[in-house]
Amino acid sequence: MDSFLSPRGTGGDSLQIRPIAERTSPLTAKKVAQASVPPKRRTRIQWSYHLMLFPGLLFLIAFSYLPMAGITIAFKEYIPALGFFKSPWVGLANFKVMLVLPEIAQVFINTVSISSSEIVLLILLPVIIALMLNEVRKQWYKRTVQTIIYMPHFISWVILAGMILNLFALHGMVNNFLAAFGVKPINFMASNVWFRPIVVSSFVWTQMGFDTIVYLAALTAINPSLYEAAALDGANRWKQMIHVTIPGIMPTVVLLSALSLGNLLNANFEQVFLMYNPLVYPTGDIIQTWVYRTGLVNANFSLATAVGLLQSVIGFILIVISYRLAYKFANYRIF
Amino acid sequence: MVRSKSWGSRIADAAIVGVLLFLALLTLAPLVHTIAESLSNGAKAAANEVGFWPKEFTWASYTTLLQGGGFFHAFWISVKIVILNGVLNFFLTILMAYPLSKTPQEFPARRIYIWVVVFTMLFNGGLIPWYITIAHLGIINTIWALVLPGAVQVFNVLILMNYFRSLPKELDEAARLDGAGPWYICWKIFVPLSLPALATVMLFDVVSQWNSFFNGFILINNPHNYPLMTFIQQLVTESQAANLSLLTPAQIAELSKTTGPSLNAAKFIIGMIPMLAIYPFIQRYFIRGIRLGSLNE
Repeated sequence: MDSFLSPRGTGGDSLQIRPIAERTSPLTAKKVAQASVPPKRRTRIQWSYHLMLFPGLLFLIAFSYLPMAGITIAFKEYIPALGFFKSPWVGLANFKVMLVLPEIAQVFINTVSISSSEIVLLILLPVIIALMLNEVRKQWYKRTVQTIIYMPHFISWVILAGMILNLFALHGMVNNFLAAFGVKPINFMASNVWFRPIVVSSFVWTQMGFDTIVYLAALTAINPSLYEAAALDGANRWKQMIHVTIPGIMPTVVLLSALSLGNLLNANFEQVFLMYNPLVYPTGDIIQTWVYRTGLVNANFSLATAVGLLQSVIGFILIVISYRLAYKFANYRIF
Repeated sequence: MVRSKSWGSRIADAAIVGVLLFLALLTLAPLVHTIAESLSNGAKAAANEVGFWPKEFTWASYTTLLQGGGFFHAFWISVKIVILNGVLNFFLTILMAYPLSKTPQEFPARRIYIWVVVFTMLFNGGLIPWYITIAHLGIINTIWALVLPGAVQVFNVLILMNYFRSLPKELDEAARLDGAGPWYICWKIFVPLSLPALATVMLFDVVSQWNSFFNGFILINNPHNYPLMTFIQQLVTESQAANLSLLTPAQIAELSKTTGPSLNAAKFIIGMIPMLAIYPFIQRYFIRGIRLGSLNE
C-alpha cells in the first residue's frame, strides 16, 4: 500500500510529465514530523484532516456511492413507487433479456468501433502535429496555430453539433462544395455509411489540438545537447527527428496509449446524442444512448441499469488494466 | 538546435507551415461560417446562400435575441450555476486535496480515504441509478440539481493533491514548528502557492459547467429553468414538432419568432463567447496545469 507514495526515481526521468510525488524532498523523514509534534496536538491535527475531508465525502456518498447502491435494481423489477429497496428481486432476469436482445451486441460494437477509431487517431495526429509545430521556428506562428487548433475543446457540444449538422445538412456547405464537382447532394446525417466517419472525424477535430499540448510539453523536455551531438555526427533534420525527437517522446506516447485503453467503452455520449437520429441507430447507437432511451425515455429502468452495469464492470476492468500497463511501461501512478 | 539551410530543409519548412495553416483554417472555417450566418439576412441564411461572408449584413439576429425569448434568462441561469458550482468546487477541492496530500505517516487514514476517493473514478453506478438517486434527494427541477452533483470533481482533487505534494515539505514543517495548525497551513501557505494549479482546475470546472447540457435536459422539467446549453439544444437542434409538445402555446409562438439559421448562429456565437474569451488568458496557467493532470485522462 505504501509503494505509491515512495519516490520512484528511475524511468520517469525521461518524461516531461511525471508524478509529482517523485519530486518531493528526501528530507521528509517521518521521524521529524512525529518527534516534533506532541501526541495531543497530533490527535488534534488528525481530527482537522478528517474534518476537512468530511464535506467532500458527503458529496461523494450522495452522488457516487448511493448510485452504486442503486445498481441493485439491475437484479430487481424496479417500480418507482416502491423505490430502490422495496422493489422485488428478479435475479438475473434482466441479464437474460439483455442476452436475447439483438441490438445490445450492436450498440457494444458501435461503441467500440467509434471509440477505438478515435483513440488511434488521437494518438497519431497529435504526435504528428506536435512534431510539425516543433519544427516551426517562428514562435508567433507556432503559438497562434496552437491556440487556434485547441479552441474547439472549449466549445459546448451543443454548439459544435449544431455547427456540424449545419455543415453536413442536405443543402449545407459541404454539399454545396461537392456540387461544384458535380457530386449529387448526400444526406450525410441519415446515412449509415457516413455517420461514424463524421462522428469520429468531428471528435478528432475538436480534441487533436488539445492533445497536442501534452506532446509539445514532452518535446520541450528533450535535452538540446542531444540534437547538437546528432548534428555533429552529420544527422540532418529528418535523421534528428527519427533518432532524437521520436525516441524522446516515445515514453509519453506509450503512457497515453495505455491510459486511453480505459476509454474503450466511452464514446462521447453528448456528441452522439446530439448528432444521431433513428435512421442511423444501426451504426450510431452507442451504449449510453441506448441506456438513456431504454431507461429514461421508455422507463425500463432495470433493463437499462443492467446494461449500464455491464458497461461499468467492463470499463472498470479496462481502467485497471490501463493503469497497470501505464505503471509497467512508463512507471506512472495516478495517486 | 543546429540546422542546415539546404533546399530540402526549406521545402520541408514550407510544407510544415502550409499543413499547419490548413489545420488552423479547418478549425476556423465552421466558426467563420457561423459568424457570417449570424450577421446575414435570415432569408439568405435559410436559403443556404451564406458562405464565409455575411449576405445582406444585419444585426437583426442579435437584436432579436436581446429582445427576449428567454435566451438571456437561460444565459443568466448558466452564470448562476457556474458561480455556485465554482465556489463549492473551490472550497471542496482544496479541503479534500490538502489532507490527501499528506503521507500515511502524517495522516494514517489517508490510505483508506484515497481509495474511497479514487474508486469513484474507476467505477460508477451508471446513468439510471444516478438519476433515481437525484430524484430521491428531491432536488430535481431546482438549480441545485445542476450544482450539487458536480460539486466534487475527483480528477481536480487529484491534480491539486499532486501539486500540493510537489511543494517543499520544509514549508509545512517550519509553519508547524511555529505553532500553525492544519487549517492555517492549508489556507495561508499551500493555497497561495498553488494558484496555477487552482486556476487550472477552476477553468476545467467553469468550462465543463458552462458547456454541459445533458444534466439540464434530464434533471430540469420546466423549460423556463433550463441552463443556456439545454435551452439552445431544445430550441435549435431539436426544433422538430415532436419536442414542441413539451412547450406551452405561448412558447411555441415565441419559438417561431426566434428560430432559423441566422438566429441559431447568433445563439451559438453568444453561447461560446464567454469560454473563448477566457481560454487564451488562462492558457499559461493551463499549460502548466495540464502537465499535472492530463496523464489521468
